[in-house]
Amino acid sequence: MIVMQPIISVSNLSKTYASGFSALKNINLDIRRGEIFALLGPNGAGKTTLISVICGIVNPTSGTVLADGHDIVRDYRAARTLIGLVPQELTTDAFETVWATVSFSRGLFGKPANPAHIEKILKDLSLWDKKDNKIITLSGGMKRRVMIAKALSHEPQILFLDEPTAGVDVELRRDMWEVVRLLRETGVTIILTTHYIEEAEQMADRVGVISHGEIILVEEKAELMRKLGRKQLTLQLQQPLEQVPPALSSHGLELSEDGNELIYTYDTQGERTGITALLKDLNDAGIRFRDLQTKQSSLEEIFVNLVSERR
Amino acid sequence: MNFYAIRAIYLFEMARTWRTLLQSIVSPVISTSLYFVVFGAAIGSRISEINGISYGAFIVPGLVMLSLLTQSISNASFGIYFPKFVGTIYELLSAPVSYLEIVIAYVGAAASKSIILGVIILATAALFVPLQVQHPVWMLLFLVLTAVTFSLFGFIIGIWARSFEQLQLVPLLIVTPLTFLGGSFYSIDMLPPFWRTVSLFNPVVYLVSGFRWSFFGVSDVNVGISLGMTLVFLAACLAAVWWIFRTGWRIKV
Repeated sequence: MIVMQPIISVSNLSKTYASGFSALKNINLDIRRGEIFALLGPNGAGKTTLISVICGIVNPTSGTVLADGHDIVRDYRAARTLIGLVPQELTTDAFETVWATVSFSRGLFGKPANPAHIEKILKDLSLWDKKDNKIITLSGGMKRRVMIAKALSHEPQILFLDEPTAGVDVELRRDMWEVVRLLRETGVTIILTTHYIEEAEQMADRVGVISHGEIILVEEKAELMRKLGRKQLTLQLQQPLEQVPPALSSHGLELSEDGNELIYTYDTQGERTGITALLKDLNDAGIRFRDLQTKQSSLEEIFVNLVSERR
Repeated sequence: MNFYAIRAIYLFEMARTWRTLLQSIVSPVISTSLYFVVFGAAIGSRISEINGISYGAFIVPGLVMLSLLTQSISNASFGIYFPKFVGTIYELLSAPVSYLEIVIAYVGAAASKSIILGVIILATAALFVPLQVQHPVWMLLFLVLTAVTFSLFGFIIGIWARSFEQLQLVPLLIVTPLTFLGGSFYSIDMLPPFWRTVSLFNPVVYLVSGFRWSFFGVSDVNVGISLGMTLVFLAACLAAVWWIFRTGWRIKV
């Protein structure tokens, strides 16, 4: 079996600021070629610092980062040529036109002018009709698209999106997800940080969770959902109960406050879910229900549980 | 060498000049013309010739230097401070560009603007007084060296500054007084001996004196010393810039 070299390899990376604050503590992380990797974590967890070190904006205190085998410090030119960054803040040259600022970025990253490529990016991002507009005249969502266009102008293989849809309305957010998916189809590796867990749930192949400067988990999204996700079966009763009957106590049921619902939580990983036995015992106890539904934990709930467990 | 990046930054900075033409070019030309009206025509007509040169013509090199110094500093300091202020410096820091390339592009653009301005001021001066340039190559050399040196100095100020107030502080409190006291409007030989000695500690004296020599063949200090002092200041600025980028001072954390 051929083991593909990771496109980004972070080894023993630490960052301690002059104030003594440790933003990153011995981070080890591999990003696979062509994947969408979501980095989740609460505010101040170290997400942006990690991205900033990889992109060359912040100096690491110790450790190494390789981008497609190129050391980001010793071989910074080759490493940075591969990387595009869309930062969290909407920092743009307000008085430049969209076309000028995107073309500038391409030149800055060492690529000769290619109007056809810039045109394609602007069209893909629905910016073509704004190409001659000054950035100051654009809406927040459009500015965000300009930032993405700038990051893509030099045809990077790796794209960092730091909170790409912060402050963007729902419709635009879904458009952006589509853009990210299209990029992945062209072979671009995407690393995104987000507060919108739905975003990671919708798009990511793998999820990493960072908390207090440490990577506490890296997992396939589906596997993470399967491993840590719990399912709940909610039974809506025909007659309300005052308490869970003793005959059903072994199932660990919860009764809703109004007594109209019985909630059964089970492990999706378990060999047996216990649902068959529960339904049989309910029948034996003469408890009838008029409807039932199951609910899978969202990535958000998993994430909240993970982070709170570490506190 | 990332020539595309140097070109991109250079053209970006020059584009800012054309966008702000009134502030970048027209404003210094108007203020220089006012100097000619006030010092050249109104007051200058009452001042006798200095070293055989009419006062109006005598102040031309000083006025060009005054604009060259202030504009070089202002162009370069604003050029690098503004990306820091608005946050677009992230792109510069994450791009495959070396520090040398960044300096060449920013300082090159700032110096270009100042040289263009210097030439325009010279042309404006020619409308007011008859001008002669005895050593055009030396004149060009001093023009370029001064523009580059003070653009480097401005670049350092732009990196050092943490606010717009600080950005104005050094030009306002140090450079402008040094320029006015550096013999722009008079020969330091006109000063009492004590102040003449004090003036020799002012680096601007050497720039103005050397530049004036290239026009009229007369100077307060030897032209070789003027050139030497300019090169010393250039070397000092280069060393400071090299140190800033090596340590990431006020750019990277």
